[in-house]
Amino acid sequence: MTVTTIQESKGAAGGVWVAALIFLPPALLLFTVFVILPIGEAAWYGFYNWDGYNRPQNFVGLKNYISLFNNSSFRTALLNNLIIIAVSLAIQLPLALAMALLLARRAFGSVAFRLIFFLPYILADVAAGLIFRFIFDGDYGPLSGATQALGFGPVYMLASPTWAMVALLVVIVWKYFGFHMMLFIAGLQGIDRNLYEAAEIDGAGAFQRFRFVTIPQLSPMIKLSVFFSVIGALQFFDVVVPLTGGGPFNATNTMVSFLYLFGITRMRVGFGSAVGVVLFVICVTFAFGYRRLLMRDD
Amino acid sequence: MTEQLTIAAPWRLVRTRRRSRDQKPFDLFPLFRLAVLLLVSSIVLLPLLATAIGGFKGLGELRTNPLGLPHPWQWRNYLDILESARYWRVLGNSLFIACFTVAITVALAAMAAFAFAHLKFFGSRFLFTYMTLGLMFPIATAILPLFIRVRDLGLLDTPWGVILPQSAFYLAMAVLLLRNGFRQLPSELLDAALVDGCGYVRYFLYVTLPLSRPILSTVAIIAFVNSWNNYIVPLIMLNSEQLYPWPLGMMAYEGEYMTSWQLVLAFITLTILPAIVMFLLAQKHIVAGLTAGAVKG
Repeated sequence: MTVTTIQESKGAAGGVWVAALIFLPPALLLFTVFVILPIGEAAWYGFYNWDGYNRPQNFVGLKNYISLFNNSSFRTALLNNLIIIAVSLAIQLPLALAMALLLARRAFGSVAFRLIFFLPYILADVAAGLIFRFIFDGDYGPLSGATQALGFGPVYMLASPTWAMVALLVVIVWKYFGFHMMLFIAGLQGIDRNLYEAAEIDGAGAFQRFRFVTIPQLSPMIKLSVFFSVIGALQFFDVVVPLTGGGPFNATNTMVSFLYLFGITRMRVGFGSAVGVVLFVICVTFAFGYRRLLMRDD
Repeated sequence: MTEQLTIAAPWRLVRTRRRSRDQKPFDLFPLFRLAVLLLVSSIVLLPLLATAIGGFKGLGELRTNPLGLPHPWQWRNYLDILESARYWRVLGNSLFIACFTVAITVALAAMAAFAFAHLKFFGSRFLFTYMTLGLMFPIATAILPLFIRVRDLGLLDTPWGVILPQSAFYLAMAVLLLRNGFRQLPSELLDAALVDGCGYVRYFLYVTLPLSRPILSTVAIIAFVNSWNNYIVPLIMLNSEQLYPWPLGMMAYEGEYMTSWQLVLAFITLTILPAIVMFLLAQKHIVAGLTAGAVKG
């Protein structure tokens, strides 16, 4: 009896290794070849001046990184990423939370409104960018049409560096608040109703219930939403190309659109890789730090 | 009745008071709520409506009548696009890429997730962490080396040059979600199956997969939507217009007809239509899939 169990467990242990060798390699191989190696290569290429043909030979040390941080367009792009993060946190999240509070419970039209607000999220960023290029177009766009109908002149929003950035931020909020709203609705629906009743019996008013029940109960979801906002803002690209193409005067680039315009279209592999490495370091530092500090217990 | 309740059970006071407030004919909150929601939803929908309606106008009318309805409605703009091979080709390309991306992502991730969920072997935790590293950084960080790798593999300007890198990047999310999903199946099932001589492979195929349909469809939805909307990977990897998926096709169309906004608007409307139709048909699954994926990931 004991012998058979030992044999069985031995067989099972052997089976574990066989099974692992069947199940794991395909995913590990694909992931390593197309995700991990390219990241490593980016770190390597970043030290070279290379046009992408033959092998990288022209070692330039940190020159790519130095010229990157001396590049005013890159600094603008970095700043734009920070602005996008700020707007996501200061405007988009409160808006998403407000809409979630109005729509979390069953009430007239809740389901329909939720779907409407979520709709932009499933549309491709490129399409959203192009749609808003039309909306903000000074000659043919409805916004300019409206200002003209009101007796003002046409508005060329995308021609001004500042206003083009505002336009970009409008598109971001338009496109993404519905997703965060859905996260908040899921969080709100998970809050125990008894907490509200208890707070009400204790004499808490509507604002106090919001402050001392809703917000603490929702905090895991808020942390998650902040996390997605920041990671999403850091990799922001698709809307930029159709909406402004990074212009006017490189005023609306993000790090990724800068990488695209200055690294990829000009085939400056070393320089572009250096941009990728900077982005990588920022993302990974943020992701690790954020999880360590805030999401430890979730 | 309410009076009695109040007297009999003072803690019900709150309840009854609230109920009576709700019954008041002049409670303004629902009206206020509706007004806010209508305002926000019109801001959300108007750009889409303006695009769709703009596609029915002539170029001159876009200028002279930017806010009103078209007069007359120019169906030609839409019909010409629907009759063009180009429109159906970009959608077909997107569908091809998305289907293979979903198939590869789900198949490979399910296998790996099964190993991480059920097999205890040295290094499994390390390998799991390794695979979830992909969640930490965007595909853009490595896009140039990725381009060179795809070129050296001879996959540049083929659908596979898009499908394989995309799938590889979606694996991290998929493995994480599926491992958590597989772990929720009762472990007694696996023990019983192993004692009965059912191997891991058969258990995976005949027990795990059929019992995990909800989480598998969540992963498939996320991969499909991401692939359908992906722009940067095909932008870098594809050169011939024959292979363009719809986001690239839309941008190419825009580049060609830059001076005729009405055609561009019709093209945008028709290319985002499949996503909207899919969303309306399967809204519950899509919303639940995308948000649950985010939350559980």
